Amino acid sequence: MSTVPAARAWPAEGLGRVPYWIYQDEDIYRREQERIYYGDTWNFLGLDAELPEKGDFKTTFVGEMPVVVTRDEKGTLNCFENRCAHRGALLCLKDRGNVKEIACVYHNWTYDLAGNLTSVAFRRGVKGQGGMPEDAEPGSHAPRKFRVTTFSGLVFATLSETMPPFERYVGPEVAAKIRRVMKAPVKVLGGYSQVLPSNWKLYFENVKDTYHASLLHLFFSTFRLNRLEQRGGVIVGGDGGSHVSFTMMKADSSGDEYEKAGMRSVSGGYRLEAPQMLESVDEFGDGVTLQILTVFPGFVLQQIMNCLAVRQVLPKGVAGTELVWTAFGYVSDDERMTELRLKQSNLVGPAGYISLEDGAVTGFVQRGVAGASARASVVEMGGRGVESNESRVTETSVRGLWQQYRRHMGL
Amino acid sequence: MDVELQLTVENLLARYVHALDDNRLEDWPSFFLEKGRYRITTAENYERGLPLSIIYADSRAMLADRVSALRHANIYEAQRYRHTVSSTLVERVDASTARATSNFQAVRIMRTGESILFASGRYLDRIRLNAKAPCFEEKIVVIDSRSVDTLLAIPL
Repeated sequence: MSTVPAARAWPAEGLGRVPYWIYQDEDIYRREQERIYYGDTWNFLGLDAELPEKGDFKTTFVGEMPVVVTRDEKGTLNCFENRCAHRGALLCLKDRGNVKEIACVYHNWTYDLAGNLTSVAFRRGVKGQGGMPEDAEPGSHAPRKFRVTTFSGLVFATLSETMPPFERYVGPEVAAKIRRVMKAPVKVLGGYSQVLPSNWKLYFENVKDTYHASLLHLFFSTFRLNRLEQRGGVIVGGDGGSHVSFTMMKADSSGDEYEKAGMRSVSGGYRLEAPQMLESVDEFGDGVTLQILTVFPGFVLQQIMNCLAVRQVLPKGVAGTELVWTAFGYVSDDERMTELRLKQSNLVGPAGYISLEDGAVTGFVQRGVAGASARASVVEMGGRGVESNESRVTETSVRGLWQQYRRHMGL
Repeated sequence: MDVELQLTVENLLARYVHALDDNRLEDWPSFFLEKGRYRITTAENYERGLPLSIIYADSRAMLADRVSALRHANIYEAQRYRHTVSSTLVERVDASTARATSNFQAVRIMRTGESILFASGRYLDRIRLNAKAPCFEEKIVVIDSRSVDTLLAIPL
């Protein structure tokens, strides 16, 4: 018996409700591939600094589509489908490397670094025998090419011919907050990925949900790193699906709203034996200790104190998400600064004092709603609309995600 | 082969994984020197010479913080590991220090009954022999995969 309801209509209450079938339905998942990832969106591919040399390539995904990202002999970044024009085999079988051209292992059809088919093995046959017909057009099924844009060292791609420039897509306020973090040339410190047992939208909602941060993540609130009575805010940009939330530490940290409410977040008496990890440097000169930024449909830029990272959110089936983390610092960092960033990396990733809970909690929702396809979650903190807000006791940026999502999906 | 040294190191490794698998996390820092270093990283980061870790501590105090966060702060579903350590190669550095490379696998058992091969990899250890009991000066856990299922709470 299917748990998916016959109707696919969004609840009449609008953005304040999210129907649970949206995380479960195979048809919805298929439609997301076409309308979101292969449609009018800018998809995150990685950092410009990951491909410094001509000939460098990496493989990644746009939605479920495997893609190759290259820096060609002119120094230009390209992105194309990782699929041979001939029989559809993967062209690149490595995560990264440096090459002059790309040859399919199956029948040796060869491509340049922009994804153009340059030669077909035995096209004219051997000794007048075999080969392709005169009128064959072997390039007619060539891998699809993306339009690539680089914004502040971040690389995005789209299949759409009609996409506005990246800055217009995310809006000026979000763009400014990207520039704030990507202020100087960066160097990659490393990466890893995390496989989450939940739909990609549950993770993307989680990143946008400023309300949960100090309630789920006890590590934050106990050390007063992110208590909601501190100064901060939420900015919703673009069509709603991009956002920035930020916190300014130290202001109002004497508040006792949590103690008064008797919340689990503050059990008291918990101290670090080695607090040096949290001695952060105000490297942006604006007192903002935490900035989380997202761009629809799958990009996260994170500044948690001096721990900087990008995260790529990749859908892996209806109930699976791969979260690809790349941590970075600046080329100008000295050893001490790098060490500080590496220590603060204990806050994030699969074992992060903060982030490990996000890995768990999205799975709790996926499992919790297994029998509730026809029901909906309630997203009414901070009202029912989508607007920027000085309070972080709001779900405005979660509603913003659904606003943009529904326009793409026609729901 | 220095049989006594081999057995000393293997015994340390056995006591170490039993402490983790028996949920005696409070004992975990005591397997390290006060200024002991502990890292979990991926084979990819390790081979590319990239310094990022999944967990990084450069003192016993940082390890103790990890334990108190797991006990009192962090939210995760009840789970345990079952470690298997094998193929330990030991090399004496000097009178008081040895280096060891071992293979390990950790099965993760969730409260739901699910058991998976959660991690495989290498322990790259530098061991101090003349302390009260042999203990780690440095332990680098290099996991073979670049990807971790859901979360990594209990150390490896």
